[in-house]
Amino acid sequence: MIRVKVRLFATLRENRDKEMIIELPDGATLSDIIKHLNIPKEQATLLLINGKFAKLDEALEDNDTVSIFPPIGGG
Amino acid sequence: MNKFIRVDMTSLKVTIGEVPEKYVSLGGRALTSNFVADEVKPTCHPLGRNNKLIFAPGLLSGTSAPNSGRISVGAKSPLTGTIKESNSGGSFSQKMARMGIKALVIEGMPKDDKFYVLKIDMNGVSIDEAPAEILGGTGNYEAIKVLNAKYGDKVGIALAGPAGEYRLPTANISFKDPEGNIRSAGRGGLGAVMGSKKVKAIVLDDTGAGSVPIADPEKFKAASKVFAKALLDHPVSGQSLAAYGTDVLINILNEAGGLPANNFTAGRIEHNDNISGETLNATISERRGDGKVSHGCHPGCVIRCSQWYPDKQGKYITSGFEYETIWGLGANAAIKDLDDIAYIDRAMDDVGVDSIETAVAVATAMDGGLLPWGDGKAVLDAVKQIAVPTPLGRIIGGGTAVVGKVCGLYRTPVVKDQGIPAYDPRPIKGIGLTYATTPMGADHTAGYCISGNILKVGANMDPLKKDGQIEYARAMQIGTAAVDSTGMCLFVYFGIADNPEGYQALIDMINAQYGWSLTASDVDELGKSVLKVERAFNKAAGFTNAHDRLPEFFEYEPCPPHNVVWDFTPDEIDEVFNF
Repeated sequence: MIRVKVRLFATLRENRDKEMIIELPDGATLSDIIKHLNIPKEQATLLLINGKFAKLDEALEDNDTVSIFPPIGGG
Repeated sequence: MNKFIRVDMTSLKVTIGEVPEKYVSLGGRALTSNFVADEVKPTCHPLGRNNKLIFAPGLLSGTSAPNSGRISVGAKSPLTGTIKESNSGGSFSQKMARMGIKALVIEGMPKDDKFYVLKIDMNGVSIDEAPAEILGGTGNYEAIKVLNAKYGDKVGIALAGPAGEYRLPTANISFKDPEGNIRSAGRGGLGAVMGSKKVKAIVLDDTGAGSVPIADPEKFKAASKVFAKALLDHPVSGQSLAAYGTDVLINILNEAGGLPANNFTAGRIEHNDNISGETLNATISERRGDGKVSHGCHPGCVIRCSQWYPDKQGKYITSGFEYETIWGLGANAAIKDLDDIAYIDRAMDDVGVDSIETAVAVATAMDGGLLPWGDGKAVLDAVKQIAVPTPLGRIIGGGTAVVGKVCGLYRTPVVKDQGIPAYDPRPIKGIGLTYATTPMGADHTAGYCISGNILKVGANMDPLKKDGQIEYARAMQIGTAAVDSTGMCLFVYFGIADNPEGYQALIDMINAQYGWSLTASDVDELGKSVLKVERAFNKAAGFTNAHDRLPEFFEYEPCPPHNVVWDFTPDEIDEVFNF
């Protein structure tokens, strides 16, 4: 098992904690976290692992920090 | 728009003439930059008699096109010494366009020491002496009340605030918004140019103005509908900006390690949730009172990224409470209280200074020991001193480069003496190319490479890598120069970047209004031509490729958490303008 810190932002915080530790089986990916948290794919468009942008199929490692955002913009 | 108005402040004479042939097909930035390049001596002193200040609505301003209410202002900048275009919301642009005014030029300067108000209505222009109660450090909020009482609540107003009266390089031009609050053409010190010409305010009374003529109304209406749908259908321009404002960027930049902190010594902070867009939204929602989560800065805005931020009792403090300002004070100057930041934002609007330049100057002053780190009360006091002005007020009002010199710092985040905004160029490389090369001095809006690097709108780039960034920074600057000429708010980009139909609708609206047949490639050429004109002015003013560089410290001070430095070579940077 691995333990991953997950941070959620903007609308993804509605009815969810903004930060949590999640335990997942070895080899779990970002996609597994999205499913675990019941986040529709189109609402999880900006994904980072340890501050670097990542894709849904990217595998996680123990103690990673994952940040998930819906579509956002500004300037 | 068939009137070209020139006000000569030396002779106090007004000329209302036909639009010169060269400018008939131009608007917004294309018009202001071409005009400045044509008529302003590149080597002139920006505060001297040879500089000229021009106001121009965009091509689509005054029509029913959504988000078309931006006003462009141009001159040679007293902050950078370069050509400058700065644009703003408010009702000024739409009123000018409906009054048929293609451009308003202010030139010369009076010999005496009096300030004036230019009053423009359908009968012409009058030059009135400015009322004493709006001079000598009176804030912009009060000045708007006085001018409303004198000229009528519905007039449009452009103001040089106290900082403009004192001709400080951070001085903006403030525009009254539909509710009598303040929007700003912030960057580049154009308020100081207005102050140097002794114009305290410009008042527009559009009573009796007709509507803007449209060559093909049916086609215009159809294109406008497609365009509005593109904006509203996109999750950023249709939902996110209205809910959280631009301040939603605090958290994504913080997570990505590109949120400049403590005068550009780190890319991440721990108190992000004190100042984030999520907190801004929650605070306004909880306090209610005058608070509004969402608000448009000009009639016809469908994106509504602005808001009204109230105090604990629900009383209005400020509006248009932007990411850049909140970042500059909250992360870069480490002020951890959003209310403190809101009061400083209000004070900056009231004094009439650019909230980016001033916030960056404040953090630089903290690095230099001139102000205590993170002390919101001390910063509020210092900003208010600009209205006196005390020596500290003048130093902060002098902008980042001045503060850096006064404090003996090498870590002074400027390009061409303009403060670097809210995205660190070391971990987000594309935006560094824009800062370095835009003719405006460090300006994120001139080529917003954050979009494809961080927000993944319009492109999907790796912000930590150089790959493709040169071409991207070039394309974004070209596209922006074109959009800045339409009167459109730059945020329309989010709605049309990945929606070819929406982009075509923008071109269709212009064609329907003027009876033209522009193609996408013509629009691209327009953007290129604007950039070339601006760059040629700068070259004639003495700027070379050696000025297109970031401050040296970015090359040898790694930015945590990614611990990367700025590593584009001079030859690579120079490729951005190779077109």
